[in-house]
Amino acid sequence: MSLDNYLYLSALLFTIGAAGVLIRRNAIVVFMCIELMLNASNLAFVTFSRMHGNIDGQLFAFFTMVVAACEVVVGLAIIVTIYRSRRSASVDDARLLKL
Amino acid sequence: MNIAAIVNNQTQSPEAVLFFILAPIMVLAALGMLVVKKAVHSALLLAVVMVGLAIFYIANEAPFLGIVQVVVYTGAVMMLFLFILMLVGVDSSDSIEETIKGQRIGGVLGSVGVGFLLISLLSRAELGQDYVGLDLINSEGNVQSIAKVLFTRYVWAFEVISALLITAALGAMVLAHRERILPRKSQRELAAERVRQTSIPVAGLPGPGTYAQHNAVDIPALLPDGSPSDASVSKVIAARGELANPANFRMKESNGNSANGEAGEE
Repeated sequence: MSLDNYLYLSALLFTIGAAGVLIRRNAIVVFMCIELMLNASNLAFVTFSRMHGNIDGQLFAFFTMVVAACEVVVGLAIIVTIYRSRRSASVDDARLLKL
Repeated sequence: MNIAAIVNNQTQSPEAVLFFILAPIMVLAALGMLVVKKAVHSALLLAVVMVGLAIFYIANEAPFLGIVQVVVYTGAVMMLFLFILMLVGVDSSDSIEETIKGQRIGGVLGSVGVGFLLISLLSRAELGQDYVGLDLINSEGNVQSIAKVLFTRYVWAFEVISALLITAALGAMVLAHRERILPRKSQRELAAERVRQTSIPVAGLPGPGTYAQHNAVDIPALLPDGSPSDASVSKVIAARGELANPANFRMKESNGNSANGEAGEE
């Protein structure tokens, strides 16, 4: 098996994540799809790191993980705040910044 | 012989078997995320994908990253997702109707296009050199070599990332904090309020009836005039029509004429 297959899998997962962001309406599911996209890019980083024999790709995957963790924490706090004021977690209902 | 070694730009066959078993499962789980109705099921399918990715990291000679993936993603991040799902409501499923017309089909077509673009790009790309593998770099340990690079070349990025983490934690605290508009009620005010309101009796609701042969929660207690009290039984039991008739537990030959009881007809 060629190492390219990992890259194909990564591209496929990234695409599925992008489709989820476009299709789903529940804000939490949209967030999960963004996580899927970040994870797919991590797989590409790790595979490239192995192809080139260079450890920097793994480090970039670490940094992506940290950024993803920050994004989840802040994003979920925003979702909870919006849910508190509107009683809805749908991205369609949050059309206005104010109530 | 090293199982992760790359010979003629090809991996060893165990890795190929692992890939062709695990990759379809991951793709199916990711597709399932898009079509399942409940957000909880999406979260569980995402956990499947993340565990699969962790296994692939380990197969790709990044064991430390694989373990961090399990701990951080399937542990912390998915736990956070499920926690927020429970907070927001488990059954907050998607609405079916589209706010923008044709957005769903447009989204599917657009992402299929992006997928084709990415995959055709990958299939045409040439590295121009043989795949190297990480044998040399991992020879003194994966963690050691990561640490060596992280604390020399990327030490500035490491510091910036720590600042980002602190900012995110602070931001989440600020967002989740709720400003109190009214002062907190004291015990005394709560007690006064409870006495003043009329919907619930201050002494509490009466308990269900206790009879010589039956004392379960489905029989109403009798009021002083002999009629059953609605307040003494749960509304749920009454709505189900499962109330027992207290007249059944009355002594038969006590005072003949009135004991046949239309009291429990409800």
